[in-house]
Amino acid sequence: MTDKILNIKNLVKTFGQLKATDDLSLDLYPNEIHAVIGPNGAGKSTLIKQICGEISADQGRIEFLGKDITHLDVVARARLGLGRTFQISSLAMEYSVLRNVMLAVQAVQGSSYSFFKSIGNDQVLRASAMESLKEVGLENRADVCAAKLSHGERRQLEIAVVLAQQPKAFLLDEPMAGMGAEGSKKLTGFLDTLRLRAPILMVEHDMDAVFSLADRISVLVYGKIIMTGSVAQVRNNALVREAYLGED
Amino acid sequence: MLNLTREQLLNGAVVSTLLVLSALALFLDEPFYITLVTKVTILAMAGVGLNLALGLGGMVSFGHAAFFGIGGYVTGILASHALNEELLFTAFGFAVFGTTNMLFIWLFAVLISALAAALIGYFSLRTQGVYFIMITLAFAQMIYYFSIAWPAYGGEDGLSIYQRNQFFSINTLDPLSFFAICFSLLLAVIFLVSRLKNSHFGNALQAARQNEQRLAAVGIRPFGIKLTAFVISAMITALAGALFADLNRFVSPGMFSWHTSGEIMIFVLLGGVGRLFGPVIGAGLFILFEYYLGGVTEHWMLFLGVMLLTVVLFARGGIVGVLAGEVKHD
Repeated sequence: MTDKILNIKNLVKTFGQLKATDDLSLDLYPNEIHAVIGPNGAGKSTLIKQICGEISADQGRIEFLGKDITHLDVVARARLGLGRTFQISSLAMEYSVLRNVMLAVQAVQGSSYSFFKSIGNDQVLRASAMESLKEVGLENRADVCAAKLSHGERRQLEIAVVLAQQPKAFLLDEPMAGMGAEGSKKLTGFLDTLRLRAPILMVEHDMDAVFSLADRISVLVYGKIIMTGSVAQVRNNALVREAYLGED
Repeated sequence: MLNLTREQLLNGAVVSTLLVLSALALFLDEPFYITLVTKVTILAMAGVGLNLALGLGGMVSFGHAAFFGIGGYVTGILASHALNEELLFTAFGFAVFGTTNMLFIWLFAVLISALAAALIGYFSLRTQGVYFIMITLAFAQMIYYFSIAWPAYGGEDGLSIYQRNQFFSINTLDPLSFFAICFSLLLAVIFLVSRLKNSHFGNALQAARQNEQRLAAVGIRPFGIKLTAFVISAMITALAGALFADLNRFVSPGMFSWHTSGEIMIFVLLGGVGRLFGPVIGAGLFILFEYYLGGVTEHWMLFLGVMLLTVVLFARGGIVGVLAGEVKHD
């Protein structure tokens, strides 16, 4: 199947006795939002880290745009077009908001070994970074130092940076974390339009967001996907209720 | 209308001070003071080199003496061969006798240190934090002991350069002329670093210091960026080493020792980590202490230590930080 954007097959990762990822298979189609849910400790973060290349899988295979990326590192995967955001915002804190995004733009341009081209006067660089900031509504905060942003604004900046990377797939690690009701609602609306640009694989705790956004949901428990299905299927599945939703 | 920041004003003041001091020394007919200011200029350049790695890239190299010493020894070796008309090596049927032309000496000093830095950096940059500090120190100490054990160029006694090397038709033995050469090179190097700092490369380098994970996630490999900066940093420090050899007309293994690495780092810490003119202020204060307090007591290092401690504890941006405020990234 070449029309799969991301195709994960039989992934295994163990830490000592613990099987954090247990023969896991997962895929992502164009224009869809595929959410991975699961209780704490189910191995969601371990999965995200294996997909973006931060940790390597013990077994299995990851294909991205038809290419085997199992043995590529974070940088190589990012260059192929895998754009990820972090569960805990990871930014250049001393830089301004704009400069954080400019970093992503220059990465796409491949101009990071330009020794004399000033970034201050580079109108193209600034303009395209500004474009991404406008999309997330941070254009008025462009000159503010990233360290001075509120938690929610940092999340927005993470999204702006990943937009500037022009990825072929988005990998979002709990984008709603700590956003508050108002922020979550806005972001949900935004992600809904984002899928048209590139498909989204997201790990998320916020069930309202997941149920309103996801085309497909995979439920992860103890490193295994116990089911993948539509929102309705997941909601009505007895196993899922028992393992996860039934908690409350 | 010129709209200068406090830091730019301070930088202007630093440059003027060096010029005024040398002019004053000339006017008072005290050539020794010109030599002292020249020493500040050269040591400042070594610090500017380290500052590129340490201040912008966050690479705390405790082995920059290696590059300072390589610059010095390249100068000493090339000059001694040329002056003694001894064969250095033969390549492709050409006999090479060394040179006393500063331009060639600088070129070789910079190229050879770049090679050394590429090698040292390639291994050291696989580690972080304290390990990086210790590995760079270990490499520098290896070269230090090698220089002591290598009798061909003086071993422990070092190597004298009987006359100062040549720079076009300028009389380089004239203190003011030699100062002018060193001072111009220092300004050129600072200009280069300021351009690097504000370039696309500089943007990636400073991001690598703040958050390597972020840099990798957007698709820029931190290792390559840092290694490149480490090599450029070494080249600048080696140029300073070459000038230092010509200033003293003598090179010794001491240039390679960890004391030298420590002193270069003190210039940076004292003046202001990551600030363009920080090492110039740091080196200036260091020489001031060494010369004036050193004349009063042999324990002058104690006072330097107290000052360094004060600056590091209470003024994290060094002296430049105190006088010109925090760094601003636009």
